[in-house]
Amino acid sequence: MSLEIDGIGIAFGGIKAVDGVSFTAKPGEVTSIIGPNGAGKTTLFNLVSGVYRASSGTVRIDGRDVTGLPAHELARCGMARTFQNLQVFPQMTALDNVMTGCHMQEKSNLLADLLGLGPARRATARSRDAAMAALARAGLADLAHRPASEMSYGQLKRLEIARALVTGCTILLLDEPAAGCNAVETREVDDLIHAIAEEGKTVVLIEHDMRMVMRISSHIVVLDQGRKIAEGGPEEIRTNSQVIAAYLGVHGAAEAEAAAHG
Amino acid sequence: MAGQGTTVATAPVETARRAHVGNGKARALIGPGLCTFLIFAVLVALGALIFPSSYFYRVGTLVWINTLAVTGIVVLLGYVGLVSLGHAGFFAIGAYATAIGPNYGIPSPLAMAGGVALAGLLALVVGRPILRLSGYYLAIATLGLGMLIWMVLSKEAWLTGGPDGMTVSGMNARNLFKLVGLKLKSAEAWYWVAGFVAAIGAAIAVNLANSPSGRALRAIHDSDVAARSLGIDVARAKSRAFVISAIYAAVAGALLALANGYITPETGGFMHSVEMVTMAVLGGAASVFGALVGALILTALPQLLTVFADYEHMVLGAIMVVTMIAMRRGLVPFIADLWNRRKS
Repeated sequence: MSLEIDGIGIAFGGIKAVDGVSFTAKPGEVTSIIGPNGAGKTTLFNLVSGVYRASSGTVRIDGRDVTGLPAHELARCGMARTFQNLQVFPQMTALDNVMTGCHMQEKSNLLADLLGLGPARRATARSRDAAMAALARAGLADLAHRPASEMSYGQLKRLEIARALVTGCTILLLDEPAAGCNAVETREVDDLIHAIAEEGKTVVLIEHDMRMVMRISSHIVVLDQGRKIAEGGPEEIRTNSQVIAAYLGVHGAAEAEAAAHG
Repeated sequence: MAGQGTTVATAPVETARRAHVGNGKARALIGPGLCTFLIFAVLVALGALIFPSSYFYRVGTLVWINTLAVTGIVVLLGYVGLVSLGHAGFFAIGAYATAIGPNYGIPSPLAMAGGVALAGLLALVVGRPILRLSGYYLAIATLGLGMLIWMVLSKEAWLTGGPDGMTVSGMNARNLFKLVGLKLKSAEAWYWVAGFVAAIGAAIAVNLANSPSGRALRAIHDSDVAARSLGIDVARAKSRAFVISAIYAAVAGALLALANGYITPETGGFMHSVEMVTMAVLGGAASVFGALVGALILTALPQLLTVFADYEHMVLGAIMVVTMIAMRRGLVPFIADLWNRRKS
């Protein structure tokens, strides 16, 4: 399903953290949001995924207006996400973390859950299988029974991806999935994201690792100070002078230009 | 960047969860709930084997009743992470309904059921607005609720006997056992009934922890934001946990009324609410076995300490302080940690 963002914005105490940002993320593609620190990337994610309420603009999923829906209902519309500053369940094992992601698929009721009846057991068994498969996909199968609190940062990043995947989402928002990963792990995350997009899911990515962004994105949206300053394919963005200026400052951009030509 | 909550990945090593979910092959074979029920049943029987007098049975009955009430706190505090300082109110609703019913011609079992339903309904109605709060705001709101219930019980003397309390007539557990041809003393009969109900309560709580609903509750405990992002309706899940824990308290209250044959408004008082939370925290709020250990210590110890009656509160206070400093997650997780470390 495609994710259409139109003129979305929010202000915190007069400061426009995100200001009239529009873009469309298409199924089967990786759309990356980049920009310097404080550009409003995570705030944009929080607006899209219902953590914050937008003060202007709309979010549509395949044309259906979902602006302002609470986070759990957006999840039911097929949207899943990971978090920049990690929102795992540290007291649970890796397996239980991912099994929780199966919540929407679990056909059980409270009475069955309390009495340990068939529906509850079957739902749990199914979730366990799905979660094990997702853990294996994220390269974490060996750690299934390890408490999340004992896992490394890079592992937890992948744990969040596995947990988001089992929700059965069609739109996946990934906030810096490769942060804290070493070169090998980054490559694995890279492949995983690529495979997820290949399945036809709509992937929206925030990432600072430019090599990764350039490698896997079909489409890149550049934010600076809450506004969209550029949008296009990796090649276009790489050579866009406004983008370079945002990252290096106008002065730095001139220097870089001079260095490149001199 | 401004945004999400504060869950940190590097929380302290947490083996409590493993402890409460239980381990081993027995659990895989018969399911965690039934396994817990059997462990409790053995403990109930063990008590009956060693108790020399009715006095011990009476204390034992209290232990199981408190275990049941504290299991409700475990669901709310240990699973979801919500603090209630008003649960004695629900306990008292169960107790008083059971006491008042027979005075108006309602048979005891029906009065009990009515009291439990009333407590659950009240939790449902009050829960929605106050569960928006968290941390100490919620604690204070539930404290207020408990106070209101206590005040009604103390003031409406025509119905409740006021501050003096009231006698409870009606059912005696002995008659239950007579039906199957067993002649037990009243104290023994209540001990078995209380133990049986506590075992069922523990099994239900363990089933819940290992079920889809339970995982949702435990997820909320760790990260509200992440739980929502997975499609969990947090407000609804919290409300359900609140109702479930209120029902535990009310059933425990009804049992106490019947077993003691007498109740006072203090069953619904603030100190009783605090006592329940203290038992949960002392034993380890994440597990039903924590509920049992906390209830056992704080029920039995005052009986042992009657010799030093003057120092009783000092000793209890000291135990609490030391526990909170040395083993903040409670006794059961602390011992489970030691055990796991020795094994590995």
